[in-house]
Amino acid sequence: MRSIKEINEKIKKGQVVAVTAEEVIDLVKKKGVKKAAQEVDVVTTGTFGPMCSSGAYFNIGHSKPRIKIGGGTCKFNDVPAYCGFAAVDVYLGATAVPDDDPRNKVFPGEFKYGGAHVIQEIVAGKDIRLEATAYGTDCYPRKKLETLINIKDLNEAVLFNMRNCYQNYNVAVNLSDKAIYTYMGMLKPKLGNANYCSAGQLSPLLKDPYYKTIGVGTKIFLGGGIGYIAWHGTQHNPSVKRKENGVPQAPAGTLAVIGDLKQMSPEWLVGTGMLGYGVTLIVGIGVPIPVLNENILKYAALADGDIYTQIVDYSQAYPQVVPGSLGEVNYAQLKSGRINLQGKDIPTGNLSSYSKARAICEELKDWIKKGDFLLSEPVADLPQAESGYTFKLLKERPLA
Amino acid sequence: MISKRIVLHFPHRLVNQPIVYKLVKDYDLQFNILKAYVTQQEEGLMVIELAGKKENFNRGIEYLQSSGVKIQPLSQDVIRNESKCTDCGVCVPICPSGALAVDPLTRKVHFYDNKCIACELCVKTCPTRAMEVHF
Repeated sequence: MRSIKEINEKIKKGQVVAVTAEEVIDLVKKKGVKKAAQEVDVVTTGTFGPMCSSGAYFNIGHSKPRIKIGGGTCKFNDVPAYCGFAAVDVYLGATAVPDDDPRNKVFPGEFKYGGAHVIQEIVAGKDIRLEATAYGTDCYPRKKLETLINIKDLNEAVLFNMRNCYQNYNVAVNLSDKAIYTYMGMLKPKLGNANYCSAGQLSPLLKDPYYKTIGVGTKIFLGGGIGYIAWHGTQHNPSVKRKENGVPQAPAGTLAVIGDLKQMSPEWLVGTGMLGYGVTLIVGIGVPIPVLNENILKYAALADGDIYTQIVDYSQAYPQVVPGSLGEVNYAQLKSGRINLQGKDIPTGNLSSYSKARAICEELKDWIKKGDFLLSEPVADLPQAESGYTFKLLKERPLA
Repeated sequence: MISKRIVLHFPHRLVNQPIVYKLVKDYDLQFNILKAYVTQQEEGLMVIELAGKKENFNRGIEYLQSSGVKIQPLSQDVIRNESKCTDCGVCVPICPSGALAVDPLTRKVHFYDNKCIACELCVKTCPTRAMEVHF
């Protein structure tokens, strides 16, 4: 029907027709897939939720005299970063917390500050305290460095997240008789609440469920700037059961993404503390879906009511890795604010902001319409649904 | 009938006085204590729902003020820091009084401070700590 190259020509001429993942639903309902596919060139998707496997690497520049932080230690505002690289390259993970944070010693721990908060402050242009130690060498003699740093002075500041943008996610409940504190939020006892975490009908991988347009090299909205899909994310699991409409019924595909932190904004990278669980980073991601044919549009027009997920008990089943689900619900039910399970009417809460995801869809649509954002051709497929690629548990082999 | 949620600040000298008892006995008011503690400044703090006939209610409030109790409406004490809230909605099922709700159209989270009972459950469970208490 149309190629990415043709879409880019239209973007350059200001003639492109771009709609959001939400707008496309009504459009297809009104006009049918065939007619809508003739009209629409691009569908913009978005998501804004906590994504723990996120982090950023920095080249902080060489000091005088030189220091080799590689093999030493390095802290940003007391939060330790990984420095097993060359002299002044370090990687700061979102979930890192200061050594003296009480963590869960006083339960539930508050996790008020960690790597994710540092990343948000760096992006906001705030000065950050850097403290590093090294063992000293002939060519890198310095053993200690304490300085303020600022993103504008760093050589490189790159967001590199190894797993983001989950295609679907569990609904978490608590069957036990005491409150539990999880990465899905606080879960009240005896099915007191049901927490979910997805933008549903706006979520990128749910709108291209077979990864027909989203691949390695796809240019995306990342943290308010421009990024790329670097690889499939860790725990990518495309082989899970799917509904007839192609949508996975459980957590499935994931993305590894990369982008220049210097262009990003603290509005779309937000440091977060989950009570009793830890620190994590809320990441804003938007992915354009080029309407290459009717089939792609058919998937992009899937609505909350078409997308199902599993309800999982986080008091026993999840921690003990007991397979199975307590039930299946769709996102229209979840978004109504209440679901029914085991005869109980349970209030629902979303960890992923639908209104912010909607704003990302709109922002990306604007960029495309203004000609500021051209689509890229993916250079390789993500592992596909029929590839046999799956997610495995650890097979422990006791040490002799 | 009038019913209001208010925050009472008891100065140190009043902490061991039976103030609420007098509200019941002398002014025929109903009370529901939502929260009560002594702060680090040794000031007594009580979040209370007070109900009764309008005339009695006003006289009761006058009595509190003349005794030296400082009174604030509850809605001024729990606030949402709009710059931190991401409108995710994970607070909504945690809130026991329905003060936090998702707008079905905009999907933004509304905070109805008149319904808030200052239980503070949302304060620590909010991932970005957007709910703040200013007693």
